[in-house]
Amino acid sequence: MSETIPAKDGQRVVQPVTQATLVKKAAPKSDYKPADVSPQRRVQRSFAVRLWSIRHSRLLEWFYAKFADMFLLLHPLWKGIGYGRVEGPIKFVEKRVKGFMFDCRMCGQCILSSTGMSCPMNCPKQLRNGPCGGVRANGNCEVEPDMPCVWVKAWEGSQNMVHSDRILTVQKPVDQSLRETSAWLRVTAQAATAREAAAAAKNETANTGASA
Amino acid sequence: MIGRQRDENPAGIHLPLEPLPGHTSRGRLERVLRRGEFAVTTELNPPDSADPEDVYNRAKIFDGWVDAINAVDASGANCHMSSVGICALLTRMGYAPIMQIACRDKNRIAIQGDVLGGAAMGVANMLCLTGDGVQAGDQPGAKPVFDLDCMSLLETCRIMRDNGKFLSGRKLTTPPQLFLGAAINPFAPPIDFRPHRLGKKIAAGAQFVQSQYCFDVPMFRTYMQKVRDLGYTEKCFILVGVGPLASAKTAKWIRSNVPGIHIPDSVIKRLEGAQDQKKEGKQLCIDIINEVKEISGVSGVHVMAYRQEEYVAEIVDESGVLKGRQPWKREIRRDDQLVADRLDSILHDDITETQVDMVKTAH
Repeated sequence: MSETIPAKDGQRVVQPVTQATLVKKAAPKSDYKPADVSPQRRVQRSFAVRLWSIRHSRLLEWFYAKFADMFLLLHPLWKGIGYGRVEGPIKFVEKRVKGFMFDCRMCGQCILSSTGMSCPMNCPKQLRNGPCGGVRANGNCEVEPDMPCVWVKAWEGSQNMVHSDRILTVQKPVDQSLRETSAWLRVTAQAATAREAAAAAKNETANTGASA
Repeated sequence: MIGRQRDENPAGIHLPLEPLPGHTSRGRLERVLRRGEFAVTTELNPPDSADPEDVYNRAKIFDGWVDAINAVDASGANCHMSSVGICALLTRMGYAPIMQIACRDKNRIAIQGDVLGGAAMGVANMLCLTGDGVQAGDQPGAKPVFDLDCMSLLETCRIMRDNGKFLSGRKLTTPPQLFLGAAINPFAPPIDFRPHRLGKKIAAGAQFVQSQYCFDVPMFRTYMQKVRDLGYTEKCFILVGVGPLASAKTAKWIRSNVPGIHIPDSVIKRLEGAQDQKKEGKQLCIDIINEVKEISGVSGVHVMAYRQEEYVAEIVDESGVLKGRQPWKREIRRDDQLVADRLDSILHDDITETQVDMVKTAH
């Protein structure tokens, strides 16, 4: 994209339009209200897909559970290829799919099923345990006045879900070292390890039971 | 020692109190609340200066009227003296500060360091907050940190206190003894979630909570009903945030510009109808205190009188919430007073005595 602006000497200079130019244009300089300023958000896309996901949280919860099972079934495949090697392609897909559906920020430790399918990393304060005290009366964000509060939506979404009480668990702080990694693979690997450990424990008790 | 006040260490006012069974901190506020007395806390307007006298003078007007003073951590994302600094000064003078920690400006490394530092200075109460967004303050270009949120911050402090460990699992040689607080806002959406959120905060470690400004008592009553039904009032002390509004114009401004503060139309109408709006604002605050103190489960009030701090004493006095009790007050020790009185003549009277004169007067 480019834009022609008149130069001082009468000639016309072509200047590229960057995101920063758009943001600057959208931010009115005259009535600057710090409590209300959100120039970046004003030029950004709508929240339609994100809100659709939250409205259909129950369906997505069901789908996600099936999807996780399928991923776990494929564990031998991931293990065969090597988790390190599939990380790249899986992350590529996960980032785009979740980015489209939930505006995912790739924190690498997905808790969507505990937050009514509303991604908490979209909160400007990145709260993972509930709304701050600054939610506007219309249910919009304090920092980005045009955006519906992530946590107001999370509460609505969670109430439609089967595990509606998951929103009440206290979440641990984000591990920043897991950023930009695939949460799908990590969860699958953990589930597989847990499953193997459980199987090993069961074998052991069976063995000791047989020997005794 | 004669004339010693309740909740004061005889070895020095700046020292922590004797540990009591069932108490997690060695501070005054926890003692007051656990005794079942109606607590009063307030907020110190942080100075934009490097002069300690500014802090002392601002704390002095609360003397004998409040049980603890909140040292705010750049509230509204505006730059002021840090809460750690204010707490250092206040604890020296024997006050009971509530150190506010906001997640906006510090990551978990800095926060855990400040918790230890604060506790070492004698800060017994810490209030864990998320903090306002940077866009609200005087430096909207700052980088918002928000490494922890209020809940994980509470949990971090609880782990440090109860398990004697950092978040990483590394051991502390002496864990901090703290009375942990949090903030609640029953007046912002999602209203249904708010009582559960208090439950989450209690689960994370909150022992007392201070609420956002309460101007809508019926709304607060509904909230408290839900909180009582969930059984949270037995696990946590709830202090209601109140404060005087300077005028109807201010109220309208706050309503449209400060997110999270809910002011009903009736309040604005009442202020508009008054002759002296400032006086009416103060009276309104007293009326709200008198209403909320009767709600079961309310353990105290948090009086926030931003730039009207001189009214705090009047509000507390006229509302009669202390029921004749006098919170700890900074007093000069009797022996110090005696010396000061005797020396007063020498210090201030303009006499120059020479030895020759003294010999002459002796004869």
